[in-house]
Amino acid sequence: MSNFPILSLLIFLPLAGAGFILTIRGDDDIAKRNAKRMALWTSIVTFVLSLYLWFNFDSSTAAYQFQEQVDWIPAYNISYHLGLDGISVLFVLLTTLLTPVCILASWCSIKDRVKEYMIAFLILETMMVGMFSALDIMIFYIFFEAVLIPMFLIIGVWGGKRRVYASYKLFLYTLAGSVLMLLAILVMYVQSGTTDIPELMKFRFDPALQHWLWLAFFASFAVKVPMWPVHTWLPDAHVEAPTAGSVILAGVLLKFGGYGFIRFSLPMFPDASVSFTPLMFSLSIIAVVYTSLVALVQHDMKKLIAYSSIAHMGFVTAGTFTMTVHGVEGAVFQMLSHGVVSAALFLCVGVIYDRLHTREIAAYGGVVHKMPAYALVFMLFMMASVGLPGTGGFVGEFLVLLGAFEANTWVAAFLATGVILGAAYMLYLYRRVVFGALEKDEVKKMLDMSAREWAVFAPLVVLTLWMGIYPSSFLDMMHVSVDHLLSQVQVALDASGSAIVAGR
Amino acid sequence: MAMAAVPNLTPVMPEIFLALSAMALLMVGVFQNWSTPEGGVRASRMTSGLGTVCLILALGLVFTVSGTKLVTFEGMFISDAFATYSKVLILIASVFTLILAQNWLEMQSAHRFEFAVLVLLATLGMMMMVSAHNLMSLYMGLELQSLSLYILAAFHRDDARSTEAGLKYFVLGALASGLLLYGMSMVYGFSGSTDFSTIASVVHGGDPMPVGLIIGLVFMLAGLAFKISAVPFHMWTPDVYEGAPTPVTAFFAVAPKIAALALLTRVMVGPFGDMSGQWQQVVIMISILSMLLGSFAGIAQSNIKRLMAYSSIGNIGYALIGLAVANESGITGMLVFLTIYVFMSVGTFACLMAMRKNNRAVDQISDLSGLAKTHPAMAAALTVMMFSMAGIPPLAGFFGKLYIFLAAIEAQLYTLSVIGVLASVVSAYYYLRIIKVMYFDEPGVDPLDQPVPRSISLSLIVCTVIILIFFAFPMPVIAVAKTAAQALF
Repeated sequence: MSNFPILSLLIFLPLAGAGFILTIRGDDDIAKRNAKRMALWTSIVTFVLSLYLWFNFDSSTAAYQFQEQVDWIPAYNISYHLGLDGISVLFVLLTTLLTPVCILASWCSIKDRVKEYMIAFLILETMMVGMFSALDIMIFYIFFEAVLIPMFLIIGVWGGKRRVYASYKLFLYTLAGSVLMLLAILVMYVQSGTTDIPELMKFRFDPALQHWLWLAFFASFAVKVPMWPVHTWLPDAHVEAPTAGSVILAGVLLKFGGYGFIRFSLPMFPDASVSFTPLMFSLSIIAVVYTSLVALVQHDMKKLIAYSSIAHMGFVTAGTFTMTVHGVEGAVFQMLSHGVVSAALFLCVGVIYDRLHTREIAAYGGVVHKMPAYALVFMLFMMASVGLPGTGGFVGEFLVLLGAFEANTWVAAFLATGVILGAAYMLYLYRRVVFGALEKDEVKKMLDMSAREWAVFAPLVVLTLWMGIYPSSFLDMMHVSVDHLLSQVQVALDASGSAIVAGR
Repeated sequence: MAMAAVPNLTPVMPEIFLALSAMALLMVGVFQNWSTPEGGVRASRMTSGLGTVCLILALGLVFTVSGTKLVTFEGMFISDAFATYSKVLILIASVFTLILAQNWLEMQSAHRFEFAVLVLLATLGMMMMVSAHNLMSLYMGLELQSLSLYILAAFHRDDARSTEAGLKYFVLGALASGLLLYGMSMVYGFSGSTDFSTIASVVHGGDPMPVGLIIGLVFMLAGLAFKISAVPFHMWTPDVYEGAPTPVTAFFAVAPKIAALALLTRVMVGPFGDMSGQWQQVVIMISILSMLLGSFAGIAQSNIKRLMAYSSIGNIGYALIGLAVANESGITGMLVFLTIYVFMSVGTFACLMAMRKNNRAVDQISDLSGLAKTHPAMAAALTVMMFSMAGIPPLAGFFGKLYIFLAAIEAQLYTLSVIGVLASVVSAYYYLRIIKVMYFDEPGVDPLDQPVPRSISLSLIVCTVIILIFFAFPMPVIAVAKTAAQALF
């Protein structure tokens, strides 16, 4: 089984499913139901197959596993090279988990052009899994960019009132960042003669050049994360996207940026990373504090959660650039837990949005009286987002703060205020929506969660608790890889004579 | 007096064949029965069909002429891998034009047998251009092409806009030819020859370079920049694209651009190769201006043909990056880009030709609204074309730009590359707008006519499949383009 191309299978199975849906004729209810079932089963089978990775992953080595390599453009030395290490394997699993959840979540809320919707989601899954498993930087770029096509259509076709504006903004912001990264990739290729990621990690770029390359990658990843001040596309995109679009956006797409920083910026441009650390810390602190304050004053539930996402991703970027084992592991863990928790929060909003068709916080109140089970689930994820010990959110934030403390006390202090602010806006949101008097007539008619909605939330509830109570199952998987990554960075820095002292 | 030896005709076989078949086609058309409307339709269909067959046969002949360098007619005519590659692209574009045009012309009652004859003659001119190895043969090919195109632009003679387009194109085109001729005479005056090899040796030994030669070079550049509609010689493009019949616009957007770019490339890296310091900066400037104008001016357009005009100006800007790099990898990138551009343009224009309401051709972007609901397959295909034009991977358009920028980065033209990629982000805006109109907007009161003609849907399928799966098999194209580029150096 060692040569079994599991990664290619995971990448192209959803695409094949999309191809099958394309052959479904007609536009009646039966065709719609078939399309939905086909999409759901494809994504579930993909998820089950991806569990193979979980059980067969050898966490005692930092080497890339499940590798596949086929010549693609030999004239330019570009090959179709896939593989996973302890960092990327968890993201692949996150993706394959969230896709069926998304499809299930849109079961009833999408009534128009169901076939196209399901195709877009399956193609999106292909691109996301491909991006995380790519070990050739060209392949990485292609998957990274191609995500824009389905995402643009998902927001633009099935989105809310200002969907056109939001989809354009998402597309153009991201594209503008990525094309600069493409040029940097070409420069790296010209310098080193290879596009293979493991080879590039061994290559030492000239420190002066590193700064330019780092900035070009930064342009792309900062938009994706998103970091302040290029975050403005995210609230728009989240508000206008259909529920499942928001889920996949918050759950997986935002991780592209953080993953990129860890996979490329740190190991390939260590000198530049060190000198830009103060910049990254400053931007992360602004993101955490400023967007938390902005979240406090939102009237729209989705917008509030969108701003909270930016704040949480600020922890990720700060943790990454502490360049300590705790910080980086915390960043990865924070991304995973945020992937689950923010996805679940958007689903929570989706549940009541499906009933009342408004995202205005003021339209709700006293939901707990009519939907006690929903209130419980919402509370769990709200607490996880705040960082309550025992939930996934706590571990990530704690590790990042620990790493930040090792690197720079002030950074840790500022980040810690973010935790407090996070508690403030989430509890405030929860109070206004769930508690309070049951006065509004529409709210009085709301019914509690259906079996389908339970099925959507169940895996996320389990995961959030699992990540909070026994985080070692995840941390152990990534530990060796993170360790290896940081020691590589240290070796490179020792060679060039600089050290991780910035900002201390 | 001894008879001059018969020149080697083998390398010229495709051109001779095309010239003879154009004349034969003219005879066939003239002797058809035109008295009834049905007769007219039959005659135009017949010449169009025969013309397509002739072009395909010429394509076959081009392949039989081997890729090795052959010079004939006392050095007037050259056949090498570069010429072969360009000719194949030109012929593919011409074949698609003839296949797509017939139905459209019949619908507009503009079908005449001369259409196929003119397309054949224009194609012949273009093939001469890419094989020119002397200023005289260069000019001959260029004028044969231009004169045929002037008539084609005004082909819909009952339509005021088409007539205007033809006249405008003719007047400005004649001016450009004048500039080119003036430059050629300067070059002749200062180098003493019209032969490319002789000019090259004069340029090679010239130190300091005669000023007259540089002035002549700049005039030639200006004249040729007009033919590829690069900024600042682009003014005619939007008007002519808008006014000309849509199949003719489709033809304009592809074949003559390739021919003129190939010619420009051959002239610049051939005889003037050692003056690259002089012309490189001009080409870089033209390229930057074209990319910027092409992307910014397209934003405000509401007519889709005008939009495509600006898009083609921008695309020429990208192709010129390849020339500006002025080495083998730059030309390789340019050829790959042009190859993909052929299929993207043909696919897009196939959709444009299917834009018809109550049997009348329409050309506003808003006419496409809600196309995803009324014509889902066509909307999907046009979406693929637009994303590809915007350069989004994994579609072919991305790879076209990739190799060009790779060459530019190799040559350390960083500013040019950064401007280029940012311009492509701006142009993405208007490509997205077409997708937005098709997918996000609701259909208008009267949607486009059903069904889409077979010739159009078949061409569209071919182009879409090529654009979609190019990423899986890029190697053959790159390898052949590389061989073609090597022939120039």
